[in-house]
Amino acid sequence: MKKTVFFSALTLAGLAAGAATAGTLDDVKARGKLNCGVSTGVIGFAAPDANGVWQGFDVGVCRAVAAAVLGDQNAIEFVPTTGKTRFTALASGEIDMLARNTTWTYSRDVDLKFTFVGVNYYDGQGFLVPKSLGVSSATELDGATVCIQTGTTTELNLADYFRANNMSYEPVPIETNAEAQQQFLAGACDVFTTDASGLAATRSAFEKPGDYVLLPEIISKEPLGPLVRHGDDQWGDVVRWTLNALISAEELGVNSANIAELAAAAGNNPEINRMLGTEGNLGEMLGLDADWAVRAISVGGNYGELFEKNIGENTPVGLARGLNAQWTNGGLIYSPPFR
Amino acid sequence: MTTLTDPPKESFRLSMLIYDTRYRSTTFQVIALIGFLTLIGWLFNNTAQNLADLGKEPSFRFLGEPAGYDINQRLIDYDSQSPHLRAAFVGLLNTLLVAVLGCITATILGVTIGVLRLSKNWLVAKVMTLYVEIIRNVPVLLWIVLTMAVMIENLPSPKDFRGEDPAATMQVFDSVAVTNRGIYVPEPLFTRGLGDAHLFGNSAMNFNISLDLWLVIAVLIAGFFVSAKIRKRADGIQEATGERPSTWYLRLGVIVVPLIITFVALGFHLGYPELKGFNFQGGTHMRNSLIALWLALSIYTAAFIAEIVRAGILAISHGQTEAAAALGLRPGKIMKLVVLPQALRVIIPPLISQFLNLTKNSSLAIAVGYMDITGTLMGITLNQTGRELETVMLGMLIYLTISLLISLVMNWYNERVKLVER
Repeated sequence: MKKTVFFSALTLAGLAAGAATAGTLDDVKARGKLNCGVSTGVIGFAAPDANGVWQGFDVGVCRAVAAAVLGDQNAIEFVPTTGKTRFTALASGEIDMLARNTTWTYSRDVDLKFTFVGVNYYDGQGFLVPKSLGVSSATELDGATVCIQTGTTTELNLADYFRANNMSYEPVPIETNAEAQQQFLAGACDVFTTDASGLAATRSAFEKPGDYVLLPEIISKEPLGPLVRHGDDQWGDVVRWTLNALISAEELGVNSANIAELAAAAGNNPEINRMLGTEGNLGEMLGLDADWAVRAISVGGNYGELFEKNIGENTPVGLARGLNAQWTNGGLIYSPPFR
Repeated sequence: MTTLTDPPKESFRLSMLIYDTRYRSTTFQVIALIGFLTLIGWLFNNTAQNLADLGKEPSFRFLGEPAGYDINQRLIDYDSQSPHLRAAFVGLLNTLLVAVLGCITATILGVTIGVLRLSKNWLVAKVMTLYVEIIRNVPVLLWIVLTMAVMIENLPSPKDFRGEDPAATMQVFDSVAVTNRGIYVPEPLFTRGLGDAHLFGNSAMNFNISLDLWLVIAVLIAGFFVSAKIRKRADGIQEATGERPSTWYLRLGVIVVPLIITFVALGFHLGYPELKGFNFQGGTHMRNSLIALWLALSIYTAAFIAEIVRAGILAISHGQTEAAAALGLRPGKIMKLVVLPQALRVIIPPLISQFLNLTKNSSLAIAVGYMDITGTLMGITLNQTGRELETVMLGMLIYLTISLLISLVMNWYNERVKLVER
């Protein structure tokens, strides 16, 4: 009897281990919920609003994927992750995808075994200082105390930048953006450094944003994008092409206002037709139905709409499109064709 | 006629393993052991298999690669080009620093509070009771975060020290700067110093120890040694003649005079902190993360130590106190000479586990950004290299080693103070 229980327990455990290796897409469908890793709260990118509903640019990507796969933009479990916990959360399977201002780097792609599915924001590392500090360039920061989020690429860039310029600094390691704000506003550090978009977002939450200034130096390339685990290409494709659908939609002039009309019947632009499923079987190839892209775009509109609504120039964050304009407007945002 | 035969020699049958009480318990133990080992083996195998599937075979090679990040509090030379192993070593030293500082402060504070809680003075006793009950019933993490927040929000930032009419000024004859980035105190400097001793050559563990420090410690030890000799001699004279010669000036002299001579010979002076650029420069910078962690761990653990001390003292029969009083000893002396030495036997064993707790609780350092072994090896290194299993295993091994070493030392001390049974 004892033996039977023991062996059946072993068998069960073995089965459980086996089940975990099935495709993420099937897992998500079976669960009926997408586990999406986001930041612990960066206004404009991912933060809960007054009603506790997650809003933001990165959250928009999560919602688009949930809508494409599950048909419900709210079938998401948002998992707030810090710069330190995010990779472990993704690698262990706690989250299905990570959309958290994460920089695409060689070692994260190759050594940490993740697949970056694209870039949704081209960024660079900047420095935020109080105006009263009287500093106009990062090269004047010798000896400064710098607040820095641990476990980020910015931490490594900072070390490199100060070493290359032969300057010293005192790093104050912090875990979350909120902690950084507290220390920075109290003057416990002179400088706060992270991606320029994050700095703009953080500054927008200050009581007197005008008293703080971003230094002109951008010391690194930070292509930020959503990522998934290595080795599950089908799931990677789903997230990649959902992002591409949002980007292509802007390029092709598909937006939340006209998508219902365009998706109703095939129009005269074959690429729009293929993307929206009125022509061909692209959805089926992806393991989804024909309307997947329609649902993804309907959630928050196309890439440009998401940008304007969450972090654009009319929001408190106030970021210009800059590098993040469509390639047709001189930016870097470019999607491969739907063909 | 009947023949006597030996009782039939019972041959061993397999069923006896279960039905024979002589073998049964062994059988079950063996089965349980096999089951347990199978479970462990399966877990181990499963982990190794899953890691291999991910393409992440366990390897410790990352320890030799450049860390790439900076650490603010370094007790040894370290820069962003040093290997991860060195970063872990810096973190380990930071852990040990806060653990040692914390254990010392917590003991002093705890013993004082424990004794005062038994005071006949109603107010003192009640205040100490309040302290113990409030401090030990709130999680230590909250105390750490609270201390840090109070320091950051309430203390002036360095820029408040600037200008004609500064909002803040330095304390203690302009020598100590208390800021929300930490406390800057004067540092001892030697103009004719002896330099440093380099240990462990060029390995990742190499570090320098100031020879000046060694010399000062050696002089101090020699001073205490001679002082002990003088006391022994005085004891001898007292035994023989009943007169105790006054030796305090001699004993103080053999410690202080050589120390002063050493300091003068080495050209001792203090380096004062000074506001330069963004921060205070010079002096020793005790970061607010260190102070917050040290303070919070000390006051928290002190509350437990106070209770242990109180229990130890109450365990000594009241007759001892009365007997000592009958001999004419004053209350202070009774506590010091009669009660505490006996109470120590009861106090030491639970005190060991408090020291272990304090050391392990120091891993909460991450909450205030203190770069201990959890922050470096199991924090940034883990994150930058993605080697979760290896770094956490290594970290556990290090904490285990530290804890066992503390236990070893304290057990040795316990052997010394415990009642010698004849």
